[in-house]
Amino acid sequence: MKVLVTGAGSLLMREVAVALATRGEEVVCMQRRTAHFPAGVRIHQELGDISSLDAVTKAMTGCDVVVHGAARVGVLGTWNEFYNTNVVGTQNILSAARSLGVARIAHVSTPSVAHVGHSLVGAVATPAVTGHKRAFYAESKAVAEIEALNANNHSCAVVAIRPHLVWGPGDTQLVGRIVQRAEANRLAMVGSGDALIDSTYISNAVSALVAAVDAVQVGASCAGKAYVIANGEPRTVRELMQKICDAAGVPFRPKKVPLSVALAVGSLVERIWPRIGKGEPPLTRFVAEQLGTAHWFDPRPAAQDLRWSPTVTLDEGFRELHRWFLEQPKPPTQ
Amino acid sequence: MPPSRRELEEFGVLPEWSNVVEVPSHDGATYAWHVLQRPGTSENAPVVLCLHGNPTWSFLWSRLFHELKSDVRIIAPDHLSMGYSQNTGPRSYATRVKDIEDLLRALNISAPIWIVAQDWGGALAMGYAVAHPESVSGLVLSNTGIAIPEGRRAPLLIKISAASGLHLFITQRTPLFVKGTPLLPGHSLTKVQRRALAAPYKNADARQGIAGFVAEVPFNAQHPNQSVLNSVAEQLPQLTIPVRLIWGAKDPVFNDDFADDLLHRFRNVALHRIAQAGHLAVLETSIASFVEDAMQDTVTQNSPPLSLGEPEPLWGRLEEAERARELAVHDASAQESVTFGEFSARVATYAQELHRQGVQRGQRVAVLVPPSIDLIAVVYAAWRIGAVTVIADRGLGLRGLGNAVRSARVQHVVGPQKALLAARALRCAPHATFIALNELQSAKKLESLAELYVQQPQPQDLAAVLFTSGATGPAKGVCYTHQQLCAQRDALQKLYSITRTDRFVAAFAPFALYGPALGICTGLANMDVTAPRTLTAQALNEACENIQATMVFASPAALANVLATAPAVNTEALSKVRLVMSAGAPVPIETLRAMKTLCPQTELHTPYGMTELLPLADISLAVREDIGSDQLGSGGVCVGTAVEGCDVVVAAPGAGQEVVPLAAGITGEILASAPWMSDGYDRLWHTQTAARPVRPGAARTWHRTGDVGHLDIAGNIWVEGRVVHVIHAVDGAITPVPLEIATEEVPEVLRAAAVGVGPHGVAQVVVVVETTNGNEGEASPELTAKVRLAVAPQKIAAVWVVKELPVDIRHNAKIDRTALANKMSVLLSGAKK
Repeated sequence: MKVLVTGAGSLLMREVAVALATRGEEVVCMQRRTAHFPAGVRIHQELGDISSLDAVTKAMTGCDVVVHGAARVGVLGTWNEFYNTNVVGTQNILSAARSLGVARIAHVSTPSVAHVGHSLVGAVATPAVTGHKRAFYAESKAVAEIEALNANNHSCAVVAIRPHLVWGPGDTQLVGRIVQRAEANRLAMVGSGDALIDSTYISNAVSALVAAVDAVQVGASCAGKAYVIANGEPRTVRELMQKICDAAGVPFRPKKVPLSVALAVGSLVERIWPRIGKGEPPLTRFVAEQLGTAHWFDPRPAAQDLRWSPTVTLDEGFRELHRWFLEQPKPPTQ
Repeated sequence: MPPSRRELEEFGVLPEWSNVVEVPSHDGATYAWHVLQRPGTSENAPVVLCLHGNPTWSFLWSRLFHELKSDVRIIAPDHLSMGYSQNTGPRSYATRVKDIEDLLRALNISAPIWIVAQDWGGALAMGYAVAHPESVSGLVLSNTGIAIPEGRRAPLLIKISAASGLHLFITQRTPLFVKGTPLLPGHSLTKVQRRALAAPYKNADARQGIAGFVAEVPFNAQHPNQSVLNSVAEQLPQLTIPVRLIWGAKDPVFNDDFADDLLHRFRNVALHRIAQAGHLAVLETSIASFVEDAMQDTVTQNSPPLSLGEPEPLWGRLEEAERARELAVHDASAQESVTFGEFSARVATYAQELHRQGVQRGQRVAVLVPPSIDLIAVVYAAWRIGAVTVIADRGLGLRGLGNAVRSARVQHVVGPQKALLAARALRCAPHATFIALNELQSAKKLESLAELYVQQPQPQDLAAVLFTSGATGPAKGVCYTHQQLCAQRDALQKLYSITRTDRFVAAFAPFALYGPALGICTGLANMDVTAPRTLTAQALNEACENIQATMVFASPAALANVLATAPAVNTEALSKVRLVMSAGAPVPIETLRAMKTLCPQTELHTPYGMTELLPLADISLAVREDIGSDQLGSGGVCVGTAVEGCDVVVAAPGAGQEVVPLAAGITGEILASAPWMSDGYDRLWHTQTAARPVRPGAARTWHRTGDVGHLDIAGNIWVEGRVVHVIHAVDGAITPVPLEIATEEVPEVLRAAAVGVGPHGVAQVVVVVETTNGNEGEASPELTAKVRLAVAPQKIAAVWVVKELPVDIRHNAKIDRTALANKMSVLLSGAKK
C-alpha cells in the first residue's frame, strides 16, 4: 500500500509517517521543508506547497491512500493565509484524488470545528459548523472538513479525524507552552481548574490515524463521518497541568484567572495580536473556552467504526514525557 | 394561526408535530384545530389522546411527546377556542365531548384509544368514555374532577374566577389566570415552559376561550352543565376500563379530596400521588413511564393470598393470665413501667375509647404519640379494633412527618395536644378528627382486652402504613396487613430464637412495637428519638439494667455514639445481653468489632432488609469475619444468607416482568419474596408496578429491593449499592460500594462515595471523600494517587474532598449519591459557581 502523508513537518504527522513506514507501507511525505526521520526508516519526501494543485497531484501520483494533515495552526496570520493552506490545500487533495482515482482519504481535523462554547460532557462528534468569529484556524478547518466529508461518495471514501489536545515528548504546542510559562512563573489557570478535560497522548493520536487509514474504504461505516480521538481519561485541568509540570520538573504554581476575565482578555488578544504581536499570543478566547469548561467525549464511535482504542494510558504517557525531559539538555542554572 | 417554527423550537416542540387539521363538526361547520401529533413507529401503534385543561394548550404534553416510547401514536389537540385552534365562541361541556368525536373521526381513528387528560380535559375524557365505553381502552387522569367532592366547597380559586364580573376580569381582560396557573404552589416549571404555556393567550381576544372554559364549570345547581356532569358522574361506576390517576399533591384546586372522589367512582382504579408536584404534574414530572405502565395494565393491589391458616393475632400474647404480673414495658425516660396485665387493660381502654370517638374498622389513624408506653398502647388499641395505624416517626423530620401523614389521608389523628396542634398547623390531616391522648388516658377503664366488645379485624385487613426513610425524595408509605405483620413477628422470633424469657431494649422507636407482639418485655432507652446518634452508653446501659435485658436493637449511628461515650461509663448490664442487632443503614464492621470488645459475650447481628421486607437476610459478626472479602464477584458488603422462608434471587435490574435469576458472582438487582413481605405501597401505583413486577400465572410476587449486588456459591448476599446509583461507564456498569470500601482503606479517608458524571453509557467515575483534615475541593495529588491505587484497576477521573457527604436525616448514613453526582457534574463541567 502506498500512502501519501501531508504536513509531515509537524510532530504528529511525522510520527504517522514513521509508523506507517515501520509497518511496511510505502510512504510519501509532502511538506514544505525537509523533515528529519529516524535513521533506517524509508520515506520518500516530496517537498512542495499544499496550496499548489500541481505539487499535490505530483506527490499523490501512484498512492492508494492519503492522510491529509497539512494545516496552518495558531492565531497568527491573515484569513487569506489560513484559507490558502487549510481550505485550498484540502480542495487540492480532493481534486487530485478525484483525477488520480485515489479512493481513500483520512482528513485530519480538530474538535474546534464543531466548537460550541459550552462544556462538552461525554459528547459525540457533531457536524462542523462555520461562523467562528475571528478564529481563522477553526473557521478554515471547519470549511475544509465540510468540503472533505462532502466529497465522500461511492467512488471515494473520506473520514475526518479530530484528535483532542495532543501532547507528548517533543510537543511544543501544549506541553511546551505550559512548561515555558511555569518556568517563567506566568502559568495561568483559567476558571476554577475543576473542568474535566480529555487529552490525547501522541502515540494514541498516531495509532488512531493509522487505524483511520486502514478503516477508510468505500462503503465502510466510517466513510463520510467525523470522529473525536482522545485518551478517554478526562482529568481536571489542574491535574493535567500539574502532571505536565511534574514531568518537566518545573514548579506548579498557577495563577487563577476567572473564566469571564479569560474570555474577555482572549477576545481582545485575538483582535489585536495579529497586528501587534510577535510569536504565539498569551491567551485566546478559544483556549480560554477549551480550558475553562469540560471537554470530554464518547469513545464508542471511534472504537466501533475505526476499531481503535488508545493503547498508552495517561500515566504511561506522563512517564514517557518525564523520561524525555530528563534526556533534554539542561538549561544553564542561575 | 398556528405557532411559528421559531416559537415551537424555542418551546422544545418539534415543528413537525404541529399541524392544523380541518375538522367537519357535528354542528355542520368545519373548524381548524391545532393538533400536536407524533406518529407511532408501526402501522398498528396504539393511540394515546391527550386532553389539556384550562388555561393551557397542547404544549402541556410536550414532555410526554419527547419521552413516551416511540411505538405509540400520540395526539394532543388544542380545544376549540383554546390555544391555537379556531375561536368558535363559547362551547358547552356536551358540545366539547362531541368535538372530540369529530376530531377522532377526522383523524380516522376507530380502534380503542387511551386518553391522558388533565384539569377540565379530564372531565371531557370521562364524558367521552361514558358516551363511548367501547372506544376507550383506559384513562390516565391527572388533577381533575367530575364533581365537587362531598364535604368540600367549590375550589375557592376557581370560584373567584367564575364569580360574575370578577370572572371576566381575571380570566380574560388581564393575563392573571394564564400567568397565575403555572405559579400555583408546587409548580417547578422552567421559564421557557411558563412562557410557552402563556404564548397563545397574549391578548384579551385570545383569552376569550379561557373565560368560556371557566364559565363552563358549574358551581351551582342551576348551571346548565350541572345535570350533564352529574349524569356522567353517575355512569362512571359502570366503566370497567383501567383508570390510573397521577396526582400532583400540591394542587390547591384539584387536591387530595378530588383524587379520593375519583377513587370511589371507578371499578378498576389506582392512584399515584406525587408529593412534590402541583396542578401541572404532567409537565412538571416525567409521566411517560406512568402512561406506558398504565397501558400494560399490570397494577397489583396485593400479593397473592397466602394460606397460612389463622395466625395468632398481634395482641395475642398480651392476655396470657399467667404473665399478667410480669413486666411488659419499661420506659426509661418517663421512669414508668407496666405489667402485661396493666398493658392489656390499657390497650383495651384505649381501644374502647377510640371506638367511642368514632374510629371504625378500616379507617386510618395517624399515631403521633412520642415513643412511650402510650405509643405502643395506642397502636395495639387501634389494631385491636381493626383501624389502620399510620406510623411515621420524627426521624423523618417534622416536615417529612407532616408530608407522610398528609399522603396517607388519615381519618383520625391521635397524640398529645402539642402534636395535634402541630398536625393542624401543618394541615396534614384535612377532615380528620383529632383525638387527644389525655382523653384516652382519662377514659373509663376496662380490665382487659377480653372486656372489649368491638369485633376483631380479619388477617387480610390492612394493619399499618409505615414510612420508609429513603436517602432521597419524600418518604413512601408501605402497607402491611395483620397477617403480614404476624408473619414478620414469627420470622423474627425464629431467626433470633426469641423466647418468653427474653427482654428487649429498643433504641430505635419503631422496633419497640414488636416487643408486645413477641410477648417479651420491652425497654425504651432514654434518648432523643429524632436523633438516634445521640444515644449514650450510659442511657443504653440503664435501659438494659432496668429490665435485665437479653437483647438490644440500635441503629448503626446510635451504636457509634454508644461506643464513643462508652469509656468511663459502667456498661455491665449492656455487656450481659446475648444479642445486639443493628440495622437501618449499612453497619461499618469497625463499629461491630468495637461493640464486640465492649461486650465480648454478646452475639452481634445485622439483619438486612428494608421497610418493605424485613428480615430478608442476617449475618453475625463472627460469620462476617469468617467470610472475609468477596472471592467471586465484584465485592461489596456481605449481608449474610437469606433467612428461612425468604427466597432471594439476583436478576437484571428493571427488566420488565420476567425475573431471570443470574448466576452466582454476577451483579444484578436483589429480589426477594417472603410471607412477611409488605402488601405494597400506599397511593403509589407506579412505584408498586415497578417494585412488584407481576409474572402472568406466577405463584408468587417478587419485591425488587432497589439494591444491587450478587450471590456467592454459599448463598451469601453481597450488596454493592442502589440500582439508581450504579455508574454506567463505557466498560459496563460499575457499582459504588466496592469502590467505596477500597477507598476507605486509605488511612486519611473517613468515608467515601463513588458517583458517575456524564451521560449514561460513557459516565466517568468520581470518588468523593470525607477526610481527617478536610480542605474542600480536588484532593491533593498525593491523596488522589493513593485513592487511584486503592481502587485499581478501576479508573477514576477525579478525587474530591468534601466536609460532609449528603446523608439521610434518619440514620445519618445512607449517602444520597444522586445529589452528589449532580453536584459533581456541575463542578466538573467548569460551570460558573
